[in-house]
Amino acid sequence: MSPLLEVNGLKKHYSLGRPLFGHSREYVHAVDGVSFHIDKAETLSLVGESGCGKSTVGRAVLRLFPITAGEVRLGGERIDNLSAGRLRNMRRKVQVVFQDPVSSLNPRMRVRNILAEPIKNFGLVRSRAGLNARLDDLMKKVGLPADALNRWPHEFSGGQRQRIGIARALAADPELIVCDEAVSALDVSVKAQIVNLLQDLQRELGLALLFISHDLAVVEHMTHRVAVMYLGKIVELAPRHELFARPRHPYTVALLSAVPIPDPKAKRSRIILKGDVPSPINPPKGCRFNTRCPFVFDRCRSEEPELRPVEEGHLAACHLNDQPVSESQLRGVEAMARRIW
Amino acid sequence: MALLEVEDLQTHFRTPDGINRSVDGVTFSIESGQTLALVGESGCGKSVTAMSILRLIPEPPGKMAGKIRFMGRNLLDLSDKEMRGIRGNDISMIFQEPMNSLNPVLTIGRQIGETLRLHQGLSQKEAEQRAVDMLSRVGIPEPTRRVGEYPHQLSGGMRQRVMIAIALACNPKLLIADEPTTALDVTIQAQILDLVRDLKTDIGAAILLITHDLGVVAEVADRVIVMYAGRKMEEASVPELFANPKHPYTEGLLGAIPRLGSSLRGATARLSEIPGMVPNLKKQIDGCLFSERCYKATDICRKIAPGLEEKAPGHVAACHYASKEMVPA
Ligand SMILES: Nc1ncnc2c1ncn2[C@@H]1O[C@H](COP(=O)(O)OP(=O)(O)OP(=O)(O)O)[C@@H](O)[C@H]1O
Ligand SMILES: Nc1ncnc2c1ncn2[C@@H]1O[C@H](COP(=O)(O)OP(=O)(O)OP(=O)(O)O)[C@@H](O)[C@H]1O
Ligand SMILES: [Mg+2]
Ligand SMILES: [Mg+2]
Repeated sequence: MSPLLEVNGLKKHYSLGRPLFGHSREYVHAVDGVSFHIDKAETLSLVGESGCGKSTVGRAVLRLFPITAGEVRLGGERIDNLSAGRLRNMRRKVQVVFQDPVSSLNPRMRVRNILAEPIKNFGLVRSRAGLNARLDDLMKKVGLPADALNRWPHEFSGGQRQRIGIARALAADPELIVCDEAVSALDVSVKAQIVNLLQDLQRELGLALLFISHDLAVVEHMTHRVAVMYLGKIVELAPRHELFARPRHPYTVALLSAVPIPDPKAKRSRIILKGDVPSPINPPKGCRFNTRCPFVFDRCRSEEPELRPVEEGHLAACHLNDQPVSESQLRGVEAMARRIW
Repeated sequence: MALLEVEDLQTHFRTPDGINRSVDGVTFSIESGQTLALVGESGCGKSVTAMSILRLIPEPPGKMAGKIRFMGRNLLDLSDKEMRGIRGNDISMIFQEPMNSLNPVLTIGRQIGETLRLHQGLSQKEAEQRAVDMLSRVGIPEPTRRVGEYPHQLSGGMRQRVMIAIALACNPKLLIADEPTTALDVTIQAQILDLVRDLKTDIGAAILLITHDLGVVAEVADRVIVMYAGRKMEEASVPELFANPKHPYTEGLLGAIPRLGSSLRGATARLSEIPGMVPNLKKQIDGCLFSERCYKATDICRKIAPGLEEKAPGHVAACHYASKEMVPA
């Protein structure tokens, strides 16, 4: 059986208008050849630094723009080149929850109408009674009182608005929800509530989640697998335990080591990345991480490492994982990974 | 004398359906070279506290009372002109919403340079050079190219770093940072937090750090205040607060955070939640503001609001049931 979502060789390049005199047109290589899949009822998290292309991947899956190359498949069917008519049904199956619950809800619509819109648009109910039953059910699912339906978005707190955002996504009866920094703006206690809610809904409805976040502790708490992106590419992809216990890419190790730990007594060794932060307009030759990698050697500057299996289900794109690499270098990454715990 | 002394600050807003007691009698101080963190649930009054210090509260509908002494002078007594000389110079602020605080029609370089020319009298050229330096210090790639760009051409994280660059450009005596790293990924965050630490050690600046992220607090702050519904609930040194929280609300906050490494310890149970919601700040509440949500609450909590009391040396909390250690008189 094919996975729910398949992304193969996805590229998205943004053109930067107004080429400088005497120069050719420039492109932002926002996403530059990304492949992954998500199964039904599975959470795959996308992590990586700001600007590495996470949201762009999310938007490509939502089909919010034409992609530059590659393909996106939902339930085995290509959706990146669908006609408008067929697109509608696909849009129902893939929904999104954004970071900012405030600006993503129409302030001039009552909650009832915000939620009824997708239900009606996609023809999911036949009668007024059916609609009302569905709306009540949605409120229950996201833990809001039924009378919330008659109120306006500004009457709710940030956490409640995020619940409304989730209810709106659920209203379309989706199979996959793209959560783009969906819990990042929430404070500690509300974040815990929303994370628990997403996990409950996944269990109950068999939802798949593409969970985009820079909060690695939340990711570790709720994901099944993790894809680490760097400058438009996936550099490591592994099941949760594998990734957190035995990272095989120096960038992943650096990322994990940089997470602030809520324990003032914790003594972790931190890897502060030095060197130039490269630009997605002119990505470095060879490995894209070579300008900042503490383990860089000659081959990294000339040859781009492929994303290859290093263990069952664990992919990494780093020359250090190759056989000819010296013992000491390999020990370096492992030792570094061990030191951060 | 501490650099900043806030005494019984009250900032209230008049709204159509009553007075919103956003900040209701908050007292604290910060020494030079010290980082004080302000934490608490959304809406508890952290940003309003910060805006009050900078006198950026619109009056009306806002109204401030109490004292805000900065280097001995009560800021609430200063003229608008005197206040403008302090803002962006002696006291600078990194705002929570970077997009709203950058001017969309000015290039990044102009915006950083403007501050420097205004407050430090640098020439256009010097200011521009300094702007490029600042951009590279906050980790923006290709700074020479980016100085010429406009805010909409940058990613959210980059705009946040530009704000940080502007705030740090004048070497302020007090930096107020309102969620400075929320929009940033962890590697850049680590870099920015280092920068903030440098500011503290190199020029002895004081820092008021507002954040939801208790990890960031543990990492960079010296002391921490936990706010709830406009009041201070607990204050202690960072090691003390994390090891020995006295207020049930603080306990709840610490219990609700997912911890990195949880899957390695096999512990990925549900996150614990603090039940219920923040009370309406427009209603008069006689008892403890947290009592509705507190697992320890009894009748006395619902009737009488507990005052702040020193429960251990240098550790205050407002709770009838917080354990009290011997405090030397
Ligand atoms: N409409 C656009 N035009 C030009 N460049 C764009 C556009 N949208 C995004 N980019 C660029 O594409 C790259 C990837 O952006 P994207 O928003 O996917 O990053 P991200 O990983 O989601 O970052 P963040 O963590 O900051 O949200 C960035 O360099 C960004 O500046
Ligand atoms: N100009 C204003 N007029 C009326 N009420 C206001 C105004 N500014 C803030 N408030 C209210 O003051 C209270 C405290 O808000 P504040 O922005 O300080 O919260 P916060 O602790 O910074 O929250 P967050 O973590 O979400 O940033 C809120 O109830 C808010 O609605
Ligand atoms: Mg994004
Ligand atoms: Mg705020």
